[in-house]
Amino acid sequence: MVAPAFEYVAAGSYDEAVRVLAATSEAKILAGGQSLMPMLNLRLAHPELLIDINLADQRQPSVDGGLLRLPALTRHRVLLSHDLVRRHCPLLAEAVRHVGNVRVRNRGTVGGSLAHADPTSEIGCCALATGARVVARGPDGDRTVPASELFAGYWTTTLAESEIITDVLIPVARPRQGWSFHEMVRRTSDFAIVAVAALIVLDERTDTIAAARVALAGVADRVILAAPQLSGQLIGSTADEDLGAAADEIAASLAPPDDVHASGAYRRRLARVLTARALRQARARAAGAAGAAGAAP
Amino acid sequence: MNKRQIVLSVNGRDHELWVLPSDTLLDALHDELGLADVRYGCGEGVCGTCTVLLDGEPTSGCLILAVQAAGHEVTTLRGLMGPGEAMHPLQECFLRRGAAQCGFCTPGMVLTSLDLVRRRGRPSREEIRYALVGNLCRCTGYTKILDAVEEYADAVAAGSPPEAVS
Repeated sequence: MVAPAFEYVAAGSYDEAVRVLAATSEAKILAGGQSLMPMLNLRLAHPELLIDINLADQRQPSVDGGLLRLPALTRHRVLLSHDLVRRHCPLLAEAVRHVGNVRVRNRGTVGGSLAHADPTSEIGCCALATGARVVARGPDGDRTVPASELFAGYWTTTLAESEIITDVLIPVARPRQGWSFHEMVRRTSDFAIVAVAALIVLDERTDTIAAARVALAGVADRVILAAPQLSGQLIGSTADEDLGAAADEIAASLAPPDDVHASGAYRRRLARVLTARALRQARARAAGAAGAAGAAP
Repeated sequence: MNKRQIVLSVNGRDHELWVLPSDTLLDALHDELGLADVRYGCGEGVCGTCTVLLDGEPTSGCLILAVQAAGHEVTTLRGLMGPGEAMHPLQECFLRRGAAQCGFCTPGMVLTSLDLVRRRGRPSREEIRYALVGNLCRCTGYTKILDAVEEYADAVAAGSPPEAVS
């Protein structure tokens, strides 16, 4: 009644959904609907056809060959509490607490969130920090796209119009790996003003940093990875001040936009503060219990 | 766009109705079935006034299509009430604590906090705040709502009152 009129078809499989998608010019994929439906109700989108994929896949999260495989339709509620997610990607389980409200988390899906490509997305931020990849199915079959090559700009991905995300593949957390997620919002459940996800791996013997990755949301037209040379300079470091210096340089490398929620300068300041906190917490977790999984901040 | 016939199971009763593919569950419940306890607020899933339980889980009625809800069990506030419109114990707590003023947000508040107590037993006040962040109230200032949910959760934790029909 509020949304513009459209046709609707429920696809019984991804192959069917891709077939219909490729054959229709103005079609949209409907997963959890927690971003698309508001856009329809606000008349920001005018598709002629919605292809509902909620019945296309019944798989559950699984782990295989060092990868946590999340079927794209995995709902946020499942990410919060699923044993495999908490064990193998505690970063994501924690970050999802910041996604929307309870109704959004009950319906929203991990694949839908990535395909929506909101520049403030907590899930997109985690996908970058963990080095995740998505499996996209198109008319010519499946291909794998690294999260670092998925986001093209505001609500835009590099996927072809006839491709659908079917799986999200996340390298499982290693021993001596620590994680951290920090977000600033005015009210819990709001879109992030700035969010930061950090992963740090410590060397087995020396406790120096062996790898570091920082992803940020809310600071550009898409979720972004901090430049590898900036986070990479932490490799070999043991000093606390190096973490603060890296956060300073990462923040200085950003040119966040002004909008009604915050100025670009405030966002850059938040990026510096939150990145420093995230790096320190990630390193502390890496240095803590070998698993370092799931520990409360 | 042609209407199609669906069967919606609402509060334990099946309803046959004709809907447009673009009709939301909120449209069907409020406009077609006349359920005044499911309310149009923001249309973006932010305010919580159209909250229903879909197979027991809080869901925005404005963000799911009516055709998608067919085959699922929909519960609105009325579905919590007993025979003769007897109030659910949580509704009694809301009344006793003055947690409803204009009442527009109340059905969503009650359904969401009932789901919380079912899942968490006796949630902390912070947990209640977190669960209800997607339900906006412009009258009460929330304090009395938190009081009401705490009173209900305490009563459930103490073994009374029995959960009414759900």
